[in-house]
Amino acid sequence: MSVQSPISSVNDFVVRFANVNGSGSASANELFARSILRHGVPVSPRNIFPSNIQGLPTWYEVRVTEADHLGARGGVDLMVAMNPQTWDKDVASIEPGGYLFYDSTKPMPTSKFRADINVIGVPLTAITNSTYTDPRQRQLFKNIIYLGALCALLDMDPKLVEQLIGEQYKGKEKLLSSNVHALHLGRDWALQNLKCPIGLRVKKSDKVGERIFIEGNSAAALGAVYGGATVCAWYPITPSSSVAEAFTSHCKKLRHDPETGKAKYAIVQGEDELASIGIVIGASWNGARAFTATSGPGISLMTEFIGLSYFAEIPAVIMNIQRAGPSTGMPTRTQQCDIIACAYASHGDTKHILLFPEDPAEAFEFAAQSFDLADRLQTMIFLMLDLDIGMNHRLCRPLKWDDARQYDRGKVMTAEMLDEPGRDFGRYLDVDGDGIPYRTYPGTHPTKGSFFTRGTSRDRYARYSEEGAVYADNMQRLVRKFETAQDMVPRPLQANAAKPTKYGVIYFGSTAPAMDEAIGLLEARGHQLDRLRIRAFPFHSSVASFIADHDFVYVVEQNRDGQLRQLIVNENGIDPVRLVPILHYDGTPITARFIANAIGDHQDHLKVTPLRKAVS
Amino acid sequence: MTYIAKPKFHHPGLPKNELGYTHRDYEGKISTLCAGCGHDSITASIIEACYELSIEPHRVAKISGIGCSSKTPDYFLGNSHGFNSVHGRMPSVLTGANLANRDLIYLGVSGDGDSASIGFGQFAHSIRRGVNMTYIVENNGVYGLTKGQFSATADRGSKSKKGVTNTDNAIDLVAIALQLGASFVARSFSGDKTQLVPLIAAAIRHKGASFIDVISPCIAFNNHAGSTKSFDYVREHNDAVNRLDVLTGRDPITVDYAPGTVQMVEQHDGTRLALRKIDADYDANDRLAAMTFLQKHAAKGQVVTGLLYVDPDSEDLHSHLDTVETPLNTLEAKDLCPGAGALEKINASLR
Repeated sequence: MSVQSPISSVNDFVVRFANVNGSGSASANELFARSILRHGVPVSPRNIFPSNIQGLPTWYEVRVTEADHLGARGGVDLMVAMNPQTWDKDVASIEPGGYLFYDSTKPMPTSKFRADINVIGVPLTAITNSTYTDPRQRQLFKNIIYLGALCALLDMDPKLVEQLIGEQYKGKEKLLSSNVHALHLGRDWALQNLKCPIGLRVKKSDKVGERIFIEGNSAAALGAVYGGATVCAWYPITPSSSVAEAFTSHCKKLRHDPETGKAKYAIVQGEDELASIGIVIGASWNGARAFTATSGPGISLMTEFIGLSYFAEIPAVIMNIQRAGPSTGMPTRTQQCDIIACAYASHGDTKHILLFPEDPAEAFEFAAQSFDLADRLQTMIFLMLDLDIGMNHRLCRPLKWDDARQYDRGKVMTAEMLDEPGRDFGRYLDVDGDGIPYRTYPGTHPTKGSFFTRGTSRDRYARYSEEGAVYADNMQRLVRKFETAQDMVPRPLQANAAKPTKYGVIYFGSTAPAMDEAIGLLEARGHQLDRLRIRAFPFHSSVASFIADHDFVYVVEQNRDGQLRQLIVNENGIDPVRLVPILHYDGTPITARFIANAIGDHQDHLKVTPLRKAVS
Repeated sequence: MTYIAKPKFHHPGLPKNELGYTHRDYEGKISTLCAGCGHDSITASIIEACYELSIEPHRVAKISGIGCSSKTPDYFLGNSHGFNSVHGRMPSVLTGANLANRDLIYLGVSGDGDSASIGFGQFAHSIRRGVNMTYIVENNGVYGLTKGQFSATADRGSKSKKGVTNTDNAIDLVAIALQLGASFVARSFSGDKTQLVPLIAAAIRHKGASFIDVISPCIAFNNHAGSTKSFDYVREHNDAVNRLDVLTGRDPITVDYAPGTVQMVEQHDGTRLALRKIDADYDANDRLAAMTFLQKHAAKGQVVTGLLYVDPDSEDLHSHLDTVETPLNTLEAKDLCPGAGALEKINASLR
């Protein structure tokens, strides 16, 4: 052990596992996170992985946080360094007084350690090799053995871990017993050979409550099931593939006709993103609820169809799980960088609806709601997640559904309606003044209500027309429809500081948990901020009011160019000087420390006493 | 494309089909294609086939991409919903529409530019999925709307109107459709309505991916000496392997066919194809033989027309996905939403 005073903390620390992709460590590391949850202590895990299958470095970080800070914190208190390739970087990332856990089978020169950290060596390879002969078993059980050692070091209850292993291998007794055996191998060795526990400890608590632990992509897919989606067409792309895979899995469990066993859904893996969105548009045109899931490069490919959806007014839902761009960018790193691309996707004048959920619970709700919105507004709806929400487990409130809720299919004219005396059906007539016309599904009526859908300009009766006035009339109605949407999409949520302040902060999506924590850090530095979490585009009028009510408003986002800020300036005519960009875009999730430092420094700068006052 | 509707009046003595509809009920708006365009002949054949099958016009969804051919759905079945989507992407839109409502009849109309170039992938994948549709390519080997460039189906060595020789090999969509597993593959000629009408009728009745490549000369840009898609060239090189009739289980459709032996092919919906064989060696149930036959005749510069292959036991995409018989677009919240109780169980499993 080092002479440096070791970090001492109960239920508030960060553990990071450094592994090699393909080593089978993911399930052991996730088991560690779940085990702490079973102690009643909240966790916030993040999987940091490369865009390849095997061999490159991968990390899994578990923030143990009784205070419920679910954003990334930054820094590492305990590094489980299992990857020689990243050793130096991993050792460097440990907080002073933190702990380094490593495989001590082969001695390491002292130069490979730091003087200000605490080194814990466990001969993992030696223990594994003396127990197992099969190479794959050696690899897999080594992960469980280090998990066992951590149980001892962190004072975790092994019964809770055993219980989880039991759930994981229910009905597979051989796997269950061998995993439990490996767990105890590691734990027993640590108890016999190391000083246990260390300064970091897990103590049973009751802070998890009824909350659930789920990935955003899975929750969004479940939202699609509950929202009535019957057609899903998709093309694999990280980090969105697990949306479609989860939708498939949910549908297999929940959507089969009990009598015939037949599927009440259709899922097609398209040949590309163009086909996927084409299938979605065809299905939606024909009255089914349909969606696709993709990421930035997929959005690029879909933009022609997105323009068609906008102009021909066909409902559809795209779940965009954002990753770092441009181009292939960093496929397995998170960003919020498709805001502008989605808001104005396609050529010509377009505006699209965007929804920004903050966590899996909201991803579920917004996903379900997006189908109502798409039908109601007859347009494309973008559910804007990102990798940080989509592919990581989050602790969130339980998912809720009101059985009295009915699907809102929007303005669909039936055969009976078409037969009403005096009824004038025109596909693009603005009957109600809200910019939203009525549509009919194909096959509705033998002689009434049919129309020709096209991407070319047409009049209110869907008749091809290139008359300038007819085109302008249609484009104006689309603007009216977009304005109508403002009151239909989720409103921003405002939270005011404890004391009156001239400063505000705007943020959205996966930034929310880090922002919640950052507010506390800023208060500790003496900075008060009102905050507004934007949940949708078009922006509600309260966004402009919030900005008007404050001298400066920080706009926190995870992209280089301040895309949300651009959108606010563009759509609300705000003086850009009044919106201060706080930007994080290295592909890692934004942290409370980063936000607090960036805003705090700016605030400190604002408080500098002007020179002339100081002199006088 | 036009918005000019045809006059409503018609001769009271026009013959009616089983549903009481006349030909006029199957027409659409006035065509704005060039006078003499082969595509208008195909439009007329679609109208004739739908009339003869006594299809309810509004139960048809007609979907196209972009181009001269893709304009044509506006010119037939005026009481049907049409969808003029984006260039080459008709197959995906049609696939989605079909998934939403399996009860409608799907006509996909495309062109050679649409299907053999920008939409080649979508053409291929819709065929291999077995989407229940009638996919008609109105094939003139040229880009008419942009005034005369070669398309990917133009034969190597053929000449454009400007005298340019095509040096690229042609894509034979029929050969591709056979290779990809289409369960109904035919080629015809827009100038041979006698052959084309029953082919379209049979394709509509067929369950699964029906593909018809119709050579349809472009009167403006590809109907000259040196073109292998001109009226004269196709008439001179046409080798019809069969003529057919469709028996609907009611009265046989009266069409004038060449005499010969008859081979009955049962369809899924109970209708029967009556193949009147004029080529003794030709077996329309043998995919491999059809592929060989096609290539041999192509090497001789012959345009083989007729029903080249049909699988009487075909399935469609809905069969592969094992979807419910009820159209997905009619399922309601009670059919689709698992409810709060199920969600509670899911929540419990996530703790």
